[in-house]
Amino acid sequence: MTTEQQHETVDMMLNMGPQHPATHGVFRMVLTIDGERVIDVTPHIGYLHRGSEKLCEHESYGQVVTLFDRLDYVANLNNELVFCRAAERLMDIEVPERAQYIRVALCELNRLASHLLFLGTYAIDLGAMTPIMYGFRERERIQNLFEAVTGARMMHNYIRIGGVKEDVPADFVPRTRAVLEDVRKGVDEIDRLLTFNEVFLARTKGVGVIDAATAVSCGLTGPSLRASGVAYDVRKDDPYEVYPYLGFQVPVGHDGDCWDRYYVRLLECHQSIHMITQCLDQMEPGPTMTQRRRIARPPKGEAYVHCENPRGDIGVFVVSDGTDKPYRVKVRPPSFCNLVALRPMMRGAYIADAVAILGSIDIVLGEVDR
Amino acid sequence: MRARAGEVVVFGLIVAGLLGILGGLVLTVGALGNPERVTLVVVAQLATVLIVLFTLLAIVVLTLVWLERKQLARMQSRVGPTRVGPFGLLQPVADAIKLLMKEDVAPATSSKLLFFVAPLLVFVPAFVVWLTIPFARDVVVRSLDMGLFFFIAVSVLSIVGLVLAGWSSGSKYAVLGGIRAAAQLISYEIPIIMTVLTVAMLADSMSFVVVVEAQRTVPFIVLQPLGFIVFFVAGLAEVGRTPFDVYSAESEIVGGPFVEYSGAHWAIFFLAEYVNTFVIGAVAALLFLGGWSWPFGDLPAAAGVALFLGKTYLVVMMIFWVRATYPRLRIDQLMSLGWKVLIPLSFAVVVATAVQLFYDWPRWTLPVMSLAVLAVPVVMQLRMGRRRALAEARRYAERAVVVEAQPRPQRPQEAGA
Repeated sequence: MTTEQQHETVDMMLNMGPQHPATHGVFRMVLTIDGERVIDVTPHIGYLHRGSEKLCEHESYGQVVTLFDRLDYVANLNNELVFCRAAERLMDIEVPERAQYIRVALCELNRLASHLLFLGTYAIDLGAMTPIMYGFRERERIQNLFEAVTGARMMHNYIRIGGVKEDVPADFVPRTRAVLEDVRKGVDEIDRLLTFNEVFLARTKGVGVIDAATAVSCGLTGPSLRASGVAYDVRKDDPYEVYPYLGFQVPVGHDGDCWDRYYVRLLECHQSIHMITQCLDQMEPGPTMTQRRRIARPPKGEAYVHCENPRGDIGVFVVSDGTDKPYRVKVRPPSFCNLVALRPMMRGAYIADAVAILGSIDIVLGEVDR
Repeated sequence: MRARAGEVVVFGLIVAGLLGILGGLVLTVGALGNPERVTLVVVAQLATVLIVLFTLLAIVVLTLVWLERKQLARMQSRVGPTRVGPFGLLQPVADAIKLLMKEDVAPATSSKLLFFVAPLLVFVPAFVVWLTIPFARDVVVRSLDMGLFFFIAVSVLSIVGLVLAGWSSGSKYAVLGGIRAAAQLISYEIPIIMTVLTVAMLADSMSFVVVVEAQRTVPFIVLQPLGFIVFFVAGLAEVGRTPFDVYSAESEIVGGPFVEYSGAHWAIFFLAEYVNTFVIGAVAALLFLGGWSWPFGDLPAAAGVALFLGKTYLVVMMIFWVRATYPRLRIDQLMSLGWKVLIPLSFAVVVATAVQLFYDWPRWTLPVMSLAVLAVPVVMQLRMGRRRALAEARRYAERAVVVEAQPRPQRPQEAGA
């Protein structure tokens, strides 16, 4: 008779969150653990639920943009863009080319800011405290740029239906080039400090592996999917705005482990810088808002639009009943869908890996709960 | 007001308990030093010295906290504390006052007695080690012939306090932390003992003073570089600092055994952690860097103390530097590093030293052997790391999907112009 047969043993439940430094907000997961091993994980969400989708039904189309700012609060402009594009499709509006370039440039800048935040917080999750300082230092430059362009650091409400709020400041192009140069150096600094660090490799290589088939069936998108070897990127496969005129690479991983998810994001930073530079080169003067006057009331109908957010494929489904307010708005939030892959990744991992895995899919609770 | 009176009583009890434990240890150490008689005068002298030592240590801890924050800030492109006092020097004092004024909360599920005793069990050993650590040849409370042994024997005691803190907190995170601490500290005690043994063999003594005197011409780091590295790495693990801060892992088990502590009791843990860090620095300075001696003749006592402290701070700053650089290991990786790498290496150090001493080979053979043993893993690691980085870069370059830019359609205005 073994000890386990003599004494009935029970697995320990360990509650992580909603108040835990590594759950990136108010996410809660209940781990069933056997010693240091995670047997099972039950995610609990809803601690940041604000009913955003329902609130959208009570705001006019122009005002809904502000609610989208508050979904993924790390990539505000990307969210604004996806709703504006949905509304524009409903209203059949053509956006001036300059506005499109501004939109794409700002969205890529925001992707850069979001990835910089990821690189820093991921290092914190693994116990390295320096990269976040580098990440935040560079992100701060981008935030200052946003402040100059949109007037706000986070809740911009800058991308409007039919274009953008106003033209960028006169010194936007040289200033952005200077910021990009600094950011590139900062990303390289994080790269040198962290990427091939032995301890970092030990903590992330082969941890939280998810193969391509499982990743697709879980509905994983964005860098987390590309890390598993699936080259799916909305910017490539369903290009929108001026993305067709930009040349770029889609970095693709192969193992689908935490390290790949980290490295894909790091490489994407460089691609974003490349894209923004092209936008700045190609941008020409012109109007930044559509000349169409009546855009308050779209005709009856529905539209589904999806874009590539820093966290993955964000989709918005808008139904119009002909009034000035949407009848229904449904968001397909990438963070929420990526969370589905949590359980297959986490089973059998260590407690420390649970933190590494959750960090590597880079969720934002504002978007998960909505 | 009654609550305040209660607090005073609790605080008084803590102080009395601390003094009691210290008193007992004073008697023990006094007896160890002068086995023939323990008189009241001896005890009084020792008590005075202890109070001075305690004050000194408190100051050392405050400077360490300040140093760590400033150094980390510099390495992370920040400025660190600047507000309280010149260069933020008084920031740790302000923090200490804040901590002491906080309410001392014990969770309802904790076992109160053990919960409040545990910090003392961690702190007292950290402090008592200093009784035998010499700052210079004659600047020492009690120079024991078994000083190295005393250091090992006392420093290992803090495990009890950590496990007790974890267990008595009544929190799952704390229990996990306590168990991790037990596993980690016991494993890493072995390489420390082995490297200390090497030093004892080289110096032919277990007294700190003799060990330092033996390094007058050549510090042992030159003779036994591998021994120093093993001692440093195991020392990092022993005081639970990055990358071995597994038992208090902030982002996983939220501080481990310390998670439920607040106020003065947490401050005691904090104090112990920094005193322990300083102990590792001081012992490394004494055993491997030559303590207060240097190769160019004798130094006056004051200069010796300064030299010793300089070397100690050097090692401590290396510990902080490591903290700014590395992520945290996982518990299983920590254990396999300890058992599969450090312990074999530490045995290799002992064997190499023993062979050199037994066959009376010339002294230069020792660093050669040591470096040869060290070279194997280092070269392997470096080559593998480089190859791995190149391979990853190549794999990513191969797999990346290139999206070509399409030509932009001509804008109508331009066409018209």
